[in-house]
Amino acid sequence: MVSNLTGCNKGLPFFLRRIGRGNLAVNNTAMGSRAMDVRFRLNGRPVSVPDVTPTTTLLDWLREEQHLKGTKEGCNEGDCGACTVMVTDGGGAKALNACILLLPQLMGKAVRTVEGISGPDGDLHPVQEMMIEHHGSQCGFCTPGFIVSMAAAHLKGATDYDTELAGNLCRCTGYAPIIRAAEAAAGMPVPAWMREDEKAIRQSMGEPAAASQNRPPYGPVSSDELARVYAANPGATLVAGATDVGLWVTKGLQSPEVMIFLNGCEDLKRIEVGEDRVRFGAMVDMNAMGAVMSDLHPSYGEMIRRYASVQVRGAATVGGNIANGSPIGDNPPALIALGAVLHLRKGDVQRDVLLEDFFVEYGKQDREPGEFIEAVSFARQADYLKCYKLTKRFDQDISAVCGCFYVDVVDGVVASARIAFGGMAGIPKRAKAVEVTLVGQVWDEAVVQAALPAFATDFTPMSDMRASAGYRLETAKAMLLRYYGESQGANGSVLEVSA
Amino acid sequence: MSVSKSLAHDAARLHVTGTARYVDDIPVPQGCLHVAFGMSEIAHGTIVAMNLEEVKSVPGVVMVLTADDMPFANDVSPSAHDEPLLATGTVHYVGQPMFAVVATSHLAARKAARLGAVRYDELTAILTIDEAMAADSRFEEGPRVYQKGDAAAAIGKASHRVVGTFEIGAQEHFYLEGQAALALPQEGGDMVVHSSTQHPSEIQHKVAEALGVPMHAVRVEIRRMGGGFGGKESQGNALAVICAVAAQATQLPCKMRYDRDDDMIITGKRHDFRIEYRAGFDDEGRIAGVEFVQYARCGWAQDLSLPVADRAMLHSDNAYLLGHARIESHRLKTNTVSNTAYRGFGGPQGMIGIERVVDHIAHKLGLDPVDVRQRNYYAEMDGGGLSAPRPAAPPESLSGKMKNNTTPYGQEVEDFELHGITEALLRSSDYERRKAAIAEWNAENEVIKKGIAFAPVKFGISFTLTFLNQAGALVHVYQDGSVHMNHGGTEMGQGLFQKVAQVAASRFGIPVEMVKITATDTGKVPNTSATAASSGSDLNGMAVKAACDTIRERIAEFLAKRHQLEVGKVRFADGNVVVGSKVYSFAEAAAEAYMGRVSLSATGFYKTPKVEWDRIKGVGRPFFYFAYGASVTEVAIDTLTGENRILRCDILHDAGESLNPALDIGQVEGAYVQGAGWLTTEELVWDDAGRLRTHAPSTYKIPACSDRPDVFNVALWDGSNREETIYRSKAVGEPPFMLGISAFLALSDAVSACGDAYPALNAPATAEQVWTAVRRVRNGV
Repeated sequence: MVSNLTGCNKGLPFFLRRIGRGNLAVNNTAMGSRAMDVRFRLNGRPVSVPDVTPTTTLLDWLREEQHLKGTKEGCNEGDCGACTVMVTDGGGAKALNACILLLPQLMGKAVRTVEGISGPDGDLHPVQEMMIEHHGSQCGFCTPGFIVSMAAAHLKGATDYDTELAGNLCRCTGYAPIIRAAEAAAGMPVPAWMREDEKAIRQSMGEPAAASQNRPPYGPVSSDELARVYAANPGATLVAGATDVGLWVTKGLQSPEVMIFLNGCEDLKRIEVGEDRVRFGAMVDMNAMGAVMSDLHPSYGEMIRRYASVQVRGAATVGGNIANGSPIGDNPPALIALGAVLHLRKGDVQRDVLLEDFFVEYGKQDREPGEFIEAVSFARQADYLKCYKLTKRFDQDISAVCGCFYVDVVDGVVASARIAFGGMAGIPKRAKAVEVTLVGQVWDEAVVQAALPAFATDFTPMSDMRASAGYRLETAKAMLLRYYGESQGANGSVLEVSA
Repeated sequence: MSVSKSLAHDAARLHVTGTARYVDDIPVPQGCLHVAFGMSEIAHGTIVAMNLEEVKSVPGVVMVLTADDMPFANDVSPSAHDEPLLATGTVHYVGQPMFAVVATSHLAARKAARLGAVRYDELTAILTIDEAMAADSRFEEGPRVYQKGDAAAAIGKASHRVVGTFEIGAQEHFYLEGQAALALPQEGGDMVVHSSTQHPSEIQHKVAEALGVPMHAVRVEIRRMGGGFGGKESQGNALAVICAVAAQATQLPCKMRYDRDDDMIITGKRHDFRIEYRAGFDDEGRIAGVEFVQYARCGWAQDLSLPVADRAMLHSDNAYLLGHARIESHRLKTNTVSNTAYRGFGGPQGMIGIERVVDHIAHKLGLDPVDVRQRNYYAEMDGGGLSAPRPAAPPESLSGKMKNNTTPYGQEVEDFELHGITEALLRSSDYERRKAAIAEWNAENEVIKKGIAFAPVKFGISFTLTFLNQAGALVHVYQDGSVHMNHGGTEMGQGLFQKVAQVAASRFGIPVEMVKITATDTGKVPNTSATAASSGSDLNGMAVKAACDTIRERIAEFLAKRHQLEVGKVRFADGNVVVGSKVYSFAEAAAEAYMGRVSLSATGFYKTPKVEWDRIKGVGRPFFYFAYGASVTEVAIDTLTGENRILRCDILHDAGESLNPALDIGQVEGAYVQGAGWLTTEELVWDDAGRLRTHAPSTYKIPACSDRPDVFNVALWDGSNREETIYRSKAVGEPPFMLGISAFLALSDAVSACGDAYPALNAPATAEQVWTAVRRVRNGV
């Protein structure tokens, strides 16, 4: 039935096909120049939403306009996964949080909600059948989100469920029956309807991209266009993955005046792993970056595995994470430890800045109005990198301290050291005093111990709900001890031990 | 028979397809309005001026309500009438609702609610236990004391003593579905309210008070909640009442749901406790006497704090026969959110107090804590263990006839099951061997230490407010043999509806599919108790059984008469009604009875026998019976950072003769993880101004998928219930929550591998807490 649906409309750009419910074209209250027409697929059917207020979240639209109530609001900030939907674009299918996805981000993509995980004739998906059989739902409120995450993992053949489901919270079951259900479904075939979105997207890829509108909200389709639009509107809010901007909307109740959506800028999604350098475009999402880093620097890859959740990493971008200047982001300290360079652009002017110099002070970055991040790059280098992410909960938790270490020891002597921390200052920051005490010294425990007092020179951390200042300072020191210990073959993490 | 079968939750298919309907999913009539609260920004103060002009000017705002606009009662307290729905002159905590915005959309209401310009005259805020004690700020006139014997003398005479103080943090329910209500005005001033509540009768009661109408003018309905855990026993009152008031004022449907942050800031939580203890014991760890002083931070209003604190006192013995005990309980009034019911209802705090004492005793004597526990257990009575394997009887029980097997509140423990459960669990979890292996690991590893601990649970079943131990049911049999079942219990995921449907199906001898489960509705079954205290299936199962049996009797009498047989010869089984040689399908029997003008509708009623309790004196039988369980948890800690993880957990839990083993195991697994969360990662942090800093899942960390034990072996104890409960089953909602205590004790065990001092770990044992304890132990403090 689904294939028939696409077949009978061959030749038409999918966004012009209006099939199904009469109310799909929703007329929002006239928002003048601040609205946008958005076209995507929903549960196998093309939809066109004219005059979208750009801050409309997918979750609200599904529940309030489409009356698709299966997708739940649990936290409205991307931390519980009750609103998980599957979104397919040229990069494939991924699970995302609908509560912090803004409708304009969906342009040209395909969305599948829990209602679309069952077959068109009501057949259950294997993960649904197994969830029933293994008693995987109790109150059932988190269940639709789990079902979508499980179906997305099932589609891509992923079986590391602790990682795949880290972004879905359940308060009833203790997760055990959910994992049993996921494992039982793993061997069962992917239902045909689950592959339809990818097919439809592939078919539409050859079609000319819709011209972006020349009034806000903007949706440039290349970095050149973005450069022009942003230079002309330097006060605009750039929306990359909306994992931060989404919260301004859902929690801050803000409506930025002028928004520029970057999701159409395909050229900013490039990853280049060259002989000498590795370069990530600003719109590369964190899952994609994690896959590359797992090969190059496994400790970095593992850190990204614990960075937020599959859903958040699928939306969050390399550039957005740097641009928001958060002192507690995990990516900047790791990149700083690798000596990364940031590639900025304003209009036609491009410039490079060392990432560690980009962060000036809390809330202030070395970025001019109208200037944006095009990419970040770093040199290919031997893997001496270790990233330590300290959190209250292992998965999907913001770091109290994130320490990243790169110490190059040549003939037993520290040739160079790049040590950077998140959570220890108002910005992601290098531990330069510590580095100075190490460089040129013999790499041994006495030297490492002697370097510890320098942490207090580098950092005066604060106390908050995640950790006390004292704990932060002492565990930062402990991370250096751990780095040294690991260089001597000591075991590392409680994550690596078993009963 | 449908009972004892592991059938799926009745709504499982609806859950997985996203079609299960929660309050916020109910289609609303056109014109539905949305409500949001404007909340206090300070912890304590007088409202000098409240300018709401800007609030009213937001497009979409229809109405703004303050305390002055409440037509009748302005109270949402479930107990002491001390909880105004909208603040009256004084605000008592950060987040207290001061005004309500009624608007055409949820978003407009939320936006407008933030625009109130309120001037306060700030008063001193009492935020902590210390501040409350210093100011003697409390509920009730003074501390409540329960005692047995002379604890001080017994401790004085004992050869060893431990003394300590233990801080136990609060816990947020984090039901995935936030609080929600929808009020639909009816003709003649009547009101229908859909509320995500564990206590529809209470909602009905509070709405009627607020509208100034008799309870018969208000009907409350709830099909299911997206989790409750006690957080929807009284905390839904505010939303339901304001929606009803706004609906009456506008004559339009009104709906409210809290945004998650608002929910966490406004609603009560598990009480945080401080417990001071002193115990005396002999060389083998036998407790001669113990004294507890419990300090409960209740928050600004009474809510359910008194019975919560009572239950903490009532679980200060847990599984141990205490010859002499004194328990003093302070219920402290603070300018913080009013704490409320949460799974275990004070029991977990009381229980972990004595578990801490036993752990401390074992550490002091260098004994295996399991041995000390077993030595102090209550004795098993003859025949008490039923099918349980019989362990060697403890010395006190050699005669077989128990004397002084009583709790500190004078209830005889007649059904003690833990000797057998303990032996079986120690075997199945391979405790001895693993303990030795862990000691070896710890000797070889400097950074990562492991720990293991066993913890027993004995939890009292019944509402301690005795009159609440009643339930009603309404059952209809239609002429096609299909059954409509209704009772006063509410479904929050625990599978109550399914279990009770299995009871109904069993009574009629029909497949469970023939029983329609319907929404809880105050118009069908009146005067219900909250679905709480683990009582759901005990009470409602019995009430439904009574209703079914009434109808069954009528059908049997009718058919017996027709066939000239004794009523006792009519059997209901396998979908049939067998009357001598004649076999009717149940549908035929129903149709015949209908034609014969037999009523096929009946109510059922049940009240728990034997319970009687004086909460002021602390004497009596508050509990019909006890539910038991035990767990063994193994953990690893990182001594550099305090990071910690559960590696393995083995559980043996007593659900009596389970009504549905799969659902019961689900309760046990989920409760353990929730209990472990309480004691590990779930940390609520308030700042010096009384503001909650952890008001969203970004900062408040309930267990995630990978936090469940790597190895998780859960089994039900092959036991029964010596009391006549529904099919001899036992309540299972709360008791397994406390199995999580073994995770905490295991962390303490791991810390104790770092040095000789007792870890004196506080809860929750976050990474920072564990790290702090490691340093304390290493420094030998």
